Amino acid sequence: MSDRPDIATGDLDAAVEETSPTESASTDRRTVHDLWLSGTEAPRELGPFTDEGAQEMLAEESDAILAGQRGTIIEDDYGPPADSGDDELQIINMGPQHPATHGVLRLHIELDGETIRRVKPIIGYLHTGMEKTAEALTFMQGSTNVTRMDYLSPFHNELGFSLAAEKLLEVEVPPRAAAIRVLMSELNRIASHLLWSATTGFDIGALSMMIYGWREREPLLEFFEKTTGLRMNHNYIRPGGVAADLPPDWQEDVAGIITTVEAGLADFETLLLGNPIFIERTKGIGVLTREECLAYGVTGPLARASGIDYDVRKVFPYSGFEQYDFEVPVTSNGDVYDRFLVRFEEMRQSIRIVQQVVETIPGGDYRTEDRKVTPPPRARIDESMEALIHHFKIFTEGFKVPPGETYQAVESSRGELGMYLVSDGGSKPWRLHVRGPSFANVQALPMMLTDSLIADTIAALASADPVMGDVDR
Amino acid sequence: MTGLLESIFESVFWSAVVKTVVAFALLMVNTLLLVWFERRVVAFMQNRLGPNRAGPLGILQTLADGVKLFFKEQITPRKVELGMYLAAPIAAMIPAFLIFMVIPIGAPVTIGDTVVTLQGTDLNVGLLFILAMSSLAVYSIVLAGWASGSKYPLLGGVRATAQMISYEAAMGLALVPVVLFASIQIADGSFGVGTMSLSRLVELQQGSFRGFIPGWFVFWLLPSFIIFAIAAVAETNRAPFDLVEAEAEIVGGYHTEYSGIRFALFFLAEYINMFNVSAIAVTVFFGGWLGPDFGLPSWIAWVMPIMWFLLKTYALLFMFVWLRATLPRMRYDQLMTLGWKRLIPAGLVWLIVFTIVQAFRSFGAPWS
Repeated sequence: MSDRPDIATGDLDAAVEETSPTESASTDRRTVHDLWLSGTEAPRELGPFTDEGAQEMLAEESDAILAGQRGTIIEDDYGPPADSGDDELQIINMGPQHPATHGVLRLHIELDGETIRRVKPIIGYLHTGMEKTAEALTFMQGSTNVTRMDYLSPFHNELGFSLAAEKLLEVEVPPRAAAIRVLMSELNRIASHLLWSATTGFDIGALSMMIYGWREREPLLEFFEKTTGLRMNHNYIRPGGVAADLPPDWQEDVAGIITTVEAGLADFETLLLGNPIFIERTKGIGVLTREECLAYGVTGPLARASGIDYDVRKVFPYSGFEQYDFEVPVTSNGDVYDRFLVRFEEMRQSIRIVQQVVETIPGGDYRTEDRKVTPPPRARIDESMEALIHHFKIFTEGFKVPPGETYQAVESSRGELGMYLVSDGGSKPWRLHVRGPSFANVQALPMMLTDSLIADTIAALASADPVMGDVDR
Repeated sequence: MTGLLESIFESVFWSAVVKTVVAFALLMVNTLLLVWFERRVVAFMQNRLGPNRAGPLGILQTLADGVKLFFKEQITPRKVELGMYLAAPIAAMIPAFLIFMVIPIGAPVTIGDTVVTLQGTDLNVGLLFILAMSSLAVYSIVLAGWASGSKYPLLGGVRATAQMISYEAAMGLALVPVVLFASIQIADGSFGVGTMSLSRLVELQQGSFRGFIPGWFVFWLLPSFIIFAIAAVAETNRAPFDLVEAEAEIVGGYHTEYSGIRFALFFLAEYINMFNVSAIAVTVFFGGWLGPDFGLPSWIAWVMPIMWFLLKTYALLFMFVWLRATLPRMRYDQLMTLGWKRLIPAGLVWLIVFTIVQAFRSFGAPWS
């Protein structure tokens, strides 16, 4: 990605400027800060960039912090009333244990009656230090680790990590492996969006959507289990290819999945999109404009619902996405309803890609034959001393990756999932940084929520589809 | 046996005691069934099985849950207003039981020479009494929300006040044409005050047109029924108007801080209210316990009206459950808009139109 600022070695100010052009996007600044400290030069004083004040939302805050909590790029005329603290306003805590915050997201909300005046998303309740853990695991073990980050799109995590590692290794995967990766990641996109429809429908109050979404998702998970052995956290896509070939009768399974999902989508559209109550609950709610999306680094379905035609699969194709014919749905209103439209259409486009993969999948190996990277087949170990040595080396110390750094983005279900990988020539990454799409989307929440009602908070929050594993890592 | 029953029902006091006890027992058993019915129906609509372990078809599941709640620790948060916090669940139960007492669940039964009505008491202002009691029901929710001393219950309580008061008005408006219509039925061609007694209203719906369409009020008063049905769903805080306890938004609403048997009382009151509004709709619009008895012998024929009443009520309850499984929840301001800007004006227009029609029927058109 040559047009991106070179974060690790380049100019810090330019990097900060480029990543977050607004005063309020302070969480992104912290990302850059965090990354900078891990870089090769001595850290600089970054207090002004990272000071967000107290973790709790206070009744009286400085103007700059207020602007952040109001989600405004330009200052608006809002200020806490002179006699704040009386019964006019109340600060309410939503989460980390709340039925609708999708995991352990915590929102501090200042309420005026039922109207929301300020929002402060507080994250970190699911922080498990996965980026640091990655430094202790070999490149081969790496995808076991990253697959647990965004637990609803594990294949995308694995794919991003594997592509980054392969870039450093300068290894080409065989065409069949690339096609299998495309197949699995697109099926994963469908599964993730189905779960999103289920939970968002539930949060809006359509109780049955919860079960319907899960029902259509089930055959997908069954197929994942059949192929990879697990329903989630697959560790299937690895540097050098994939862990195993597709099961023998996979075409029929995929055809069955496509039929189920298409029927389900038609049902959801009649159940939700045509329902007057649903339309009233979602149209014009949680609006993000195009400019706001750009300012906050929002990507994925959220950005596409706001009219930004940006899809990593089209703009920076990977894994041979350029050979498949598909459209990127873009709508312009940027509200909850449009996010439904975009995600439903994305599922249809994913089905198109899956169908093309089924038709055009090439034969051959499902992983590279480079024995420095992938272990030899079991039968060869009995015959060849060399194979035995390779096998031993790979499983004791892992393969060595040439020194260098790389950034590889994939389009996950939630947006641009970036893997920034630095190797010092050993068998473990020297540094892994993940650009989680949910992280950027969560910091745009104040933008979506201020001056709306509590019920809209839930709808807008659900439509942003934050996965806390992806936010906190 | 007959002699004993007769002597009991001849005495006003003892018949009141027996009726109260029977009504209480009936409501309890009915609530157990209703909760099970709802869970099973929603489950089937959602591709699940629902409770099917305890007892045949899982019918005892609610009993098991009730026993569990009864023996559970009742947590009292430190910030509550203790008196009102304890009174609120009980205040929720009382109006629910009282409403049921005026609903006739079957045709009057004759034991010996005494006629026993199958309702707690036949109030001559039954409809007004029902409206009054359902207005009282809002207090328990508001008090529970306020006395909990916590933010989410307070939000639930505030929502409840606005919602129940708004829909009370629409419900009352929907019932006025019924009383007007009943006045015509009583004295055809003359004008008189209609009846508000529920048993009288049922009797007025006897007969049929052209032999096969029953003489239920719903065929004349369909707009009233529609307004009543919407208001009833809102009045009982059921989906899609369950904002008072919208668990995705305000956790549990007014009963967030309640646990154990105190929570169970709220739960019970909600289901009894659900049954009550359906029973009222059946009584007022669908002919109550009226229905063919298929020429059964007299010793068993008195059961048939009760069967018809339950059948009709459960048909309406099925609609409640169906709505819950299908529709998304409305938003607070949309609910208010629906109540004040659509339902109440529609009710007023319908009332005026119906009054004019009734006047023509009573006095003849002015030009004739």
